[in-house]
Amino acid sequence: MANVPAGLLYSKEHEWVKLDGEVATVGITDYAQNSLGDIVYVELPRVGATLSQATSIGVVESVKAVSDIYTPVGGEVTEINTAIEAEPAVVNRDPYADGWLFKVKLDDVGQAKELLSPEQYTQLTREAS
Amino acid sequence: MPPSAVETPLIFDTGQEGRANRYLPTAPALESLLAAGALRDELPLPDNSELDVVRHFTRLSQKTFGIDTAFYPLGSCTMKYNPRINDAMANVPALRDLHPFAPDRFAQGALAVMWELERALASLFGMAAFSLNPAAGAHAELAALLIAKAYFKKNGESRRNVVIVPDTAHGTNPASAAMVGYKVLSLKSDARGRVDPDEMRKAVGPDTAVCMMTNPNTLGLFEPRIHEVSDVVHAAGGLMYYDGANANALMGNTRPGDMGFDLMHLNLHKTFTIPHGGGGAGAGPVGVAPHLVPFLPNPIVRAFDAAGTAVDASGWRESAELSFALDFDRPDAIGTMRSFWSNFAHMVRALAYTYANGADGLTTVSKLAVLNANYIRASIRDVIDVPYDEINRHEFVASAQSLKRETGVRALDLAKALLDRGYHAPTIYFPLIVAECLMIEPTETESKETLDAFIAAFRDIIATAHADPGRVLETPITTPVGRIDETRAARQPDLRWRPPAP
Amino acid sequence: MYTPHTADDIEAMLGVIGVDSLDDLVRVPDAVALRAPVEVTPQLSESEIAERFRAHAERTTAGAYTSFLGAGAYRHYIPPVVGALAMRGEFLTSYTPYQAEVSQGYLQAIYEWQTYIALLTGLDVANASVYDGATALAEGVIMAANATGRKAVLVSRAVHPNYRAVLRTYAEGLELEIDELPYAPDGRTDLASLDAQLAEQRYAAVVVQSPNVFGVIDALPAGTAERIRATKTVVIGVVAEAMSLAALATPASWGAEICVGEAQSFGNAIAYGGPHVGFIAASEAHLRRIPGRLAGKSVDSAGRTAYVLTLQAREQHIRREKATSNICTNQAHCALCATIYLAAMGKTGLRNCAALNIARTGELVRKVSALDGYAPHFDAPVFNEVAMRVPGRAADVLAQLERRHILGGLDLGRFYPELEDGILMTATELTSSADVDRLVSALSEVPVRAAVRR
Repeated sequence: MANVPAGLLYSKEHEWVKLDGEVATVGITDYAQNSLGDIVYVELPRVGATLSQATSIGVVESVKAVSDIYTPVGGEVTEINTAIEAEPAVVNRDPYADGWLFKVKLDDVGQAKELLSPEQYTQLTREAS
Repeated sequence: MPPSAVETPLIFDTGQEGRANRYLPTAPALESLLAAGALRDELPLPDNSELDVVRHFTRLSQKTFGIDTAFYPLGSCTMKYNPRINDAMANVPALRDLHPFAPDRFAQGALAVMWELERALASLFGMAAFSLNPAAGAHAELAALLIAKAYFKKNGESRRNVVIVPDTAHGTNPASAAMVGYKVLSLKSDARGRVDPDEMRKAVGPDTAVCMMTNPNTLGLFEPRIHEVSDVVHAAGGLMYYDGANANALMGNTRPGDMGFDLMHLNLHKTFTIPHGGGGAGAGPVGVAPHLVPFLPNPIVRAFDAAGTAVDASGWRESAELSFALDFDRPDAIGTMRSFWSNFAHMVRALAYTYANGADGLTTVSKLAVLNANYIRASIRDVIDVPYDEINRHEFVASAQSLKRETGVRALDLAKALLDRGYHAPTIYFPLIVAECLMIEPTETESKETLDAFIAAFRDIIATAHADPGRVLETPITTPVGRIDETRAARQPDLRWRPPAP
Repeated sequence: MYTPHTADDIEAMLGVIGVDSLDDLVRVPDAVALRAPVEVTPQLSESEIAERFRAHAERTTAGAYTSFLGAGAYRHYIPPVVGALAMRGEFLTSYTPYQAEVSQGYLQAIYEWQTYIALLTGLDVANASVYDGATALAEGVIMAANATGRKAVLVSRAVHPNYRAVLRTYAEGLELEIDELPYAPDGRTDLASLDAQLAEQRYAAVVVQSPNVFGVIDALPAGTAERIRATKTVVIGVVAEAMSLAALATPASWGAEICVGEAQSFGNAIAYGGPHVGFIAASEAHLRRIPGRLAGKSVDSAGRTAYVLTLQAREQHIRREKATSNICTNQAHCALCATIYLAAMGKTGLRNCAALNIARTGELVRKVSALDGYAPHFDAPVFNEVAMRVPGRAADVLAQLERRHILGGLDLGRFYPELEDGILMTATELTSSADVDRLVSALSEVPVRAAVRR
């Protein structure tokens, strides 16, 4: 069973969001990294880029598949996790902590309300299997 | 240990500087011919004796599996026997050494070859004309979409920018659409794996440009309502494009033109026995209905009778009585797809194959391709799931989904187990709508004994999967290498040898 | 003819399937049934096929002419060892090496091809080949457009006209704008306006071919590539005559970050224009944008060296509409012929061959220029082709040469109206001194017309 930690919010596209005031840290879920298999490359947005909610802003590539990264919330990218560019395997090993992808300063905190709770996301992954 | 199993060093790690072969007379030194600034500093390539080159590549060939080696049921690829007469004809010096800029009057035989093949394809598939210009199937697909784009632009309908593609479509279909700036709308197949005209009616609209389909589809199933689908798309003002990957299933039986397709491509390296050569070169003629002929890429081969009148023959006409010219002067043409006129050596091969068969022969080819595929399906359906268990055409799909649940053995593992038995695996994991998919296409050049031996091996592997799955999961064990670490290959790409640091 | 089924086989198989006849398997609705029999060609036995192609060959008379044609397809000596090895059935009849365990031979050969192209161009990485030089250029431009996000490209007019035509065809689909750089009186690309054009920062790439269509060595002068890169524009080098890579300064050395071109000169027949084999090489920074297949080295479960197609997630069968390209087939067998050729020729053979090309062309230039009214159009040094100015129209001179069984070269007026008195003459290692002397003798008999007004 995929790990779905409490204390985070989730998107339908299998991303997680950790809110800290106006800043959201975004990554992909354990379910996502498991489906993709060994991740070989991650393409992240540029720092300073302005993202619109639910648009594709990067890519996670594994040996056999490629997945778009959608941003669950809109805003300006404040930080990206450059460590995973050198070692994409971290995203497989530790998707919720060291495997974080980018941080975005929300332009509309209300968007967070549209995200899924851990229970709702767990239900979604059960239906997908 | 057989030599082929031993690791073969890279050609760069063998050889000695100066161990040259004498293929040409000795030239003056480069430094005496050009200023030093124009010359490169060094050329770090090896010098190997001809014998060492022969051994190197002979051993590499022994570690390569071809149709010549054994049965190769790779679905969607049509791995039929490549007759050697075709290569012999392509090697005829006058045709092999002909320069594309040779004036037409010195190239009449080559132009006759192109013209005869084009006329044959037009009749066989129900198109008004083909261009032999594109270099491969995906290339022809791109040409077809460029033709559609040009056609709509000329008719003031550039707003049409959506391509409708069934969810069973080959990956090149949406990729080609993207290269033309088109958006892709994926259409869900129905429960029987077909395209439903009523679903198509909901999907089309004023922005529909092209619907890309293949028939039989990638599940190997004939689309029985294809003409209704064509009517729906045409009524909405769109064009129908036929992906010719499965043309081996329908020669002499039905024609894309008669199904309502306006555009199509062929893979001569599938249906017409051009050798696959490890992944190319292919050849992809693009065919069109009459209203799209002006947009075909340049050049087109024109034929003239003894009086100099242009000939627009359909049906067989003796080329020896005609003269030919390349026509580049076509104002509505989409341009040209590649440096020169066609993969001409492959046109020679395809024409030789057409001569060997004639219309009756090609009709038989398709019928027996369909027979062979159904025979395998009927012979393994009791040991593996066949999601669409009905009369199929030249290929069919099986699914290892239940097998995986029951034993842990997946399509990938079945494929590797077949390698150990001396067979090439079927296509796996395509089309995407069938989980744990195996697509099996035997082709018509395989005998019943070959099919029976394959069926026996397949059944044995399935039995082993149930009895002792571990033995299947560890395959292949008899091949020169076992399963490869593909993650490492992608995470730490090593794509070339580097000269050792000085 | 290639179907082995006996009547008994068919009957037994139909029984297993559970139908009565073959026709039961191929039923189609009336709406799409054949309305009339298809007509292809007569059906022939093998000996009749050979006879028919003998007739086609007899009607193809160009081989009886001494040829000075080049312009993107080159006559080079192909040692028989190339065909002997490449035509081995395993190489000839295998498919794309998706099942790597049984394709180690081909995958290693592709890895070796990728290495040769990287070494010859001086760049970091090359792919498994593409259709030809012209489509390689189109794909290279797409790479630059993706890298920069820009939708325009600046292309030298001295790039092969067919390559530019293919680029225009692709550009129509992708809505790319193509602007041109003219060529200068010396035959090289005219870079006088380059800095002004780059200042707008709207170009994805600057594209230059060397040797260019006129045979002229057209490497970017020192410092130019740096100025181009400073505007975030990609430098693309094009090579139509791959033999030049054996001798000339590498495209990497004059600043190309992407090098595209045609490798037909290595071990592949001209074959009336195809199949040939294109290559794409690039610096490390562009690796993930490279279209087409890539063979990589890894290990298997027992630690043995093993080759495998890698970075496939970029390709059409996975990435679909977001693929780097729609390209599926490469030109594997043609690349194999090239690899075997390069292995057999080796460094020494290739340098020697390139030198012969330069020497024979130099001899052609000297001897033809000695005739009244003949001189190279351009001063700059050439590799193995020269744009020769002739007295009168090139078309007329070529017609006269044909009467003397010589194909004198390409009428440049076909592509460059201002050069209708120019013939592109090519001399390779297969052009003998006797051939050149025959050309000179024939030209000396051609009546000298008044020079074309400029």
